[in-house]
Amino acid sequence: MRSIRRWALFACAVAILASCESPIPDNFQIKAVSERKPTPDFALKDATGATVKLSDYKGKVVLLNFWATWCGPCKIEIPWFMDFQKSYKDRDFAVVGVSMDEDGWDAVKPYVEEKKMNYRVVLGNDQVSQLFGSIDSLPTTIVIDREGRIASMHIGLVAKSTYQKEIEKLLEAPRDVPKTGAVRVPGSEFAWLRAN
Amino acid sequence: MLCAFLAVSSLGFAQTSVLLIPKPEPVAAKAGTTVEVKLPLQLREGYHVNTNMPPDPYLIPLRLTWESGPVTVAEIVYPKPEMHKVDFFAGQLPVFSGHFELITRFKVPASIQPGLVNVAGKLRYQACNDRMCLPPKTIDLTLPVSVSR
Repeated sequence: MRSIRRWALFACAVAILASCESPIPDNFQIKAVSERKPTPDFALKDATGATVKLSDYKGKVVLLNFWATWCGPCKIEIPWFMDFQKSYKDRDFAVVGVSMDEDGWDAVKPYVEEKKMNYRVVLGNDQVSQLFGSIDSLPTTIVIDREGRIASMHIGLVAKSTYQKEIEKLLEAPRDVPKTGAVRVPGSEFAWLRAN
Repeated sequence: MLCAFLAVSSLGFAQTSVLLIPKPEPVAAKAGTTVEVKLPLQLREGYHVNTNMPPDPYLIPLRLTWESGPVTVAEIVYPKPEMHKVDFFAGQLPVFSGHFELITRFKVPASIQPGLVNVAGKLRYQACNDRMCLPPKTIDLTLPVSVSR
């Protein structure tokens, strides 16, 4: 009887300890192709003043990350995204960071340099936030398929493995077959033109 | 020193997503004294705000400011922070969470005319939980001070 009580106490203690830990959740959630919506396009400036259009990335899997320098959880993800940028860059993948810092490049540029961020960072604004349904919580990360559709959206920090699995799934997915009458443009792997 | 406490009434709350800020109620003050005003704040469970002096320069501090006028600020006292373990900061991050109070000591000059003085202030904060952060917010405050001789 005493032994049973001891085991019960031990089990309770384990359960309490387990509930105290809050590991970063793995929340793999790629939508079915039929449920994916087109990603709204935007044109934002990077630190060099160059305009970056999201539509320029069509044909690539894109991890679009809304973040800010003052956002602690965002800071955790940045090294992961740098890893992804490095590991998948030759597989038609890109990370695009959209900073929502009110203070603009004065705040963002030193941060990008300090962290040695190896992916494109642009400065966001309220209009772009509205395009994506009013982004209010950071980080918010959207994984976009090669055809420019939203495959997943994560509000808040999720596990690195979540993104990794989603990116790999999208990179491995067969490319969309063009509609009848379309021809592939030589030298432009992902652009499609309608045939006359 | 006259000590005034800003009462929190259910109708007086201004809810700004995760931070409950009471609408300041009139404070009575005598000319030629210092009046202490407490601003009680309540954060939603699981959220925290940075202290007035966060250890990371990128973090946005909690800041209470009052405009100068007939009544001037002598001192603003922030509470003792809690230490919070977060993955993005080495060591423990000092934060405010739950219920806490900001204390402002106002100087009421002897030369001030009796009557009602509205002191305008701003509270700037930026809240996070362990998974996400909300954008920084600046809330306008008005503190009515009823001055008597």
